[in-house]
Amino acid sequence: MSPLLSVRDLRVSFGGVKAADGVDLDIHPHEVVAVVGPNGSGKTTFLNLCTGYISPQRGAITFNGESIARLSPRAITRRGIARAFQIPQLFTGHSLLENVMLAVAARHGIWTARRPLAHGSTREEAREMLALLALAELADQPTASLPEGQRKLADIAIALALKPRLLLLDEPTSGVSTAEKSALMDTIVTVLRAEKVTALFVEHDMNVVERYADRVLVWDAGRVVVGGAPAEVLRSAMVLERVIGIA
Amino acid sequence: MRLGHILFLAVVAALAPLVLPWLGFVLTLAVGKGLAALGVALLLRAGLISIGHALYLAIGAYATAFLMQGGVTSDLVLLLAAATVITTASGLLVGLFMVRYRAIFFAMLNLAVSMVFFTALSKLYHLTGGSDGLRVATPTLLGVELDRATFDSVLNLGALVLMVGAALIVDRYLKSPLGEALSAVETNEVRLEYLGVPARGVILVAYATSAALAGLGGAITAVAIGHVVPELSYWTLSGQLVLIAVLGGIGGAPGAFIGAFFLELVRTFATGIAADAWNAIIGIALLIVIFFLPEGLYGIVQRLGRPRPAA
Repeated sequence: MSPLLSVRDLRVSFGGVKAADGVDLDIHPHEVVAVVGPNGSGKTTFLNLCTGYISPQRGAITFNGESIARLSPRAITRRGIARAFQIPQLFTGHSLLENVMLAVAARHGIWTARRPLAHGSTREEAREMLALLALAELADQPTASLPEGQRKLADIAIALALKPRLLLLDEPTSGVSTAEKSALMDTIVTVLRAEKVTALFVEHDMNVVERYADRVLVWDAGRVVVGGAPAEVLRSAMVLERVIGIA
Repeated sequence: MRLGHILFLAVVAALAPLVLPWLGFVLTLAVGKGLAALGVALLLRAGLISIGHALYLAIGAYATAFLMQGGVTSDLVLLLAAATVITTASGLLVGLFMVRYRAIFFAMLNLAVSMVFFTALSKLYHLTGGSDGLRVATPTLLGVELDRATFDSVLNLGALVLMVGAALIVDRYLKSPLGEALSAVETNEVRLEYLGVPARGVILVAYATSAALAGLGGAITAVAIGHVVPELSYWTLSGQLVLIAVLGGIGGAPGAFIGAFFLELVRTFATGIAADAWNAIIGIALLIVIFFLPEGLYGIVQRLGRPRPAA
């Protein structure tokens, strides 16, 4: 099966810091891949490169057979890559339902004033997405008043409402209590599987990685140092020492 | 916005001249300013303050004068339509540059462009009449010549019809995906881009629409007064438009017109008491709105119309 996302010799540096130093990787359709690594190893930079927030100085990023390395975030979004952020990016002046409806409308084409945003099919689709993520009861709440775990889910609901082929999640469980992490990830991964969305998520909690990822990529100093099944990779001496911090 | 709110405002404004005939002229000018302030309010939805929007009011007014003097048309309907189209095109052109900027830079650039236009109107004497301005003769209405008094009454009613129409169109726009995206620009432009929506494009549509509204307001002002002067693009008028928008409230289209009626009526009646009393009254009203009524005067109407929660 040909990869959905293919990255070759990706390089970018900020001053003397190499945030991506020859990254090579493939993500295949329907995989859920975790990215782990110490702080500053280039994980979020990689997401920024894949979503057009920054452009690589060298290398290739191919999505679904098309080069996306120099495209803008919105052009990349339109091609089927959506993103959820470490700090949820919501429209705080709108309700949760309106946030998701805006995403649904963005997918259908925003350039219309012929019908209201809360048009029947848009509203229905948004409500269905909220129901999938167990947020239906909060639909009319202003997003600014939501607790962190639900703000994370709301951010993911917005991204999923775009019906992406690839979803990039930056630390979906950060800022969420240990007790809530499993419930949050259960919900996310169930929806990803149901919607057949390929996903790549940055994560610091190795229990989450081991439980939910099909594959893990270990990042260090701007490159992938090892990758494979979580059960094997997370027990290797090098990963224990450099990533988890057990000598 | 409820249709009843804007209709009520229009009916009251249409009936007022029956009691005080000279109010018709004042209210026609208020509609002109209200349309321009509605344009300013539209941009405020995206968190963008334009302190140069009198530029478009002046473009609409001068376009009307040029069209008449050039013999292109002297029909009221065609004049209003053509002035609106010309102003929309101007808004699109200037907007292509403006949409790149935010916050104070957006505000100051609008001010700068309007002041350049003011200077051009003042100095290009042979073309614009300089500080004397240009005369605008009484237009015909669908080919019919009317005496001035009849024309003023027709213009007053026509302006109120346009006010209702503009309010309905803007209300529909603000509730549409495009209008909601405009509000989203203020709270999270990054997320908007990550939805695949170009924020600059969303702002450009709003900017051109706001220019069109101001241009229509300028054309109404030109034919109502029968004269256009460079002061129509002066920064104090731009400031007044922002004041009207904030005073009236940006929660719905009627707000701009309520603010414009309030300002014009206070100015008219207060001037009879003391020369500059209206400045103080408007200043105090603005302070009250800022401290106690952040949703503006229209916010009071909206609050009254909201169902009370069950005890």
